[in-house]
Amino acid sequence: MIGAGLDILIAALLVLGGVFGLVGSYGLLRLKGAMQRLHAPTKASTVGLGAVLMASAIGAGSTQEILVTLFIFLTAPLTALYLAKTLLHRHITPAELPTAAGGADWAAQSPAQPPVAQKD
Amino acid sequence: MIRKIFPHPFLSVTLGILWMLLVNRLALGSLVMATILAIIIPHASAAYWRARPRLIRPLALLGYIGIVLYDVILSSFAVAKIILVMPSAQIKSAFITVPIDLSSPEAITVLAGTITMTPGTLTVDIAADRRSLLVHSLHAPDPEAIRDQIKSRYEARLKRIFA
Repeated sequence: MIGAGLDILIAALLVLGGVFGLVGSYGLLRLKGAMQRLHAPTKASTVGLGAVLMASAIGAGSTQEILVTLFIFLTAPLTALYLAKTLLHRHITPAELPTAAGGADWAAQSPAQPPVAQKD
Repeated sequence: MIRKIFPHPFLSVTLGILWMLLVNRLALGSLVMATILAIIIPHASAAYWRARPRLIRPLALLGYIGIVLYDVILSSFAVAKIILVMPSAQIKSAFITVPIDLSSPEAITVLAGTITMTPGTLTVDIAADRRSLLVHSLHAPDPEAIRDQIKSRYEARLKRIFA
């Protein structure tokens, strides 16, 4: 009985993961412009991947999936940030952006500056 | 003495837990190995940890992770809805300036990562003076509301966690 319940849970998580993966990919096709498209893979796919990993953790009774989830959460924002910064460098002018508080430049568009000295 | 062996207690604890999750079995040998790694790695990488991130309330970090996970799941459905049913012309994307009061680089990094992982918003850049974040929102009929939500829901909590 419990075994059947677990199987249903695992199956449901796998289906959820597949659906979200598909929605994320469809978003890449459907959304307009690079900035909008950047949202699809970092978002919907996160939950999709999370669901598949949970299914795997429950099915195999293993803890390594927690690590995979952790590293995805650490690395996915960085990938998105680098893509966004590249866009800012090459395709978006300062006039298209709101001003920063205090009127400072955005880092990707400010003239090269010496790195800020790190406090010890 | 204990400070000498564990110069970075949080890093050591994290490394130990990581190792135990990695070997995926609770055995004495793994615990010994986890302890050895938790001692050696912080010393070997000491050059990169000049400024120790200071946590005032480490336990509050667990609550923060819970809130972020909850938001990630909820707003994934919102983004899925936008992708699937909203006509392209109605999707109002916008860049939003979020002024930040956090000063420690670690806290700002966590905030920026949180904004990216919670669906619908994406951290694009930081101001050269480190006092605002540039955020892109997929669908922002009311940019002020999104800015206020980031400040009250995430930044206020991080301010209590990081020194």
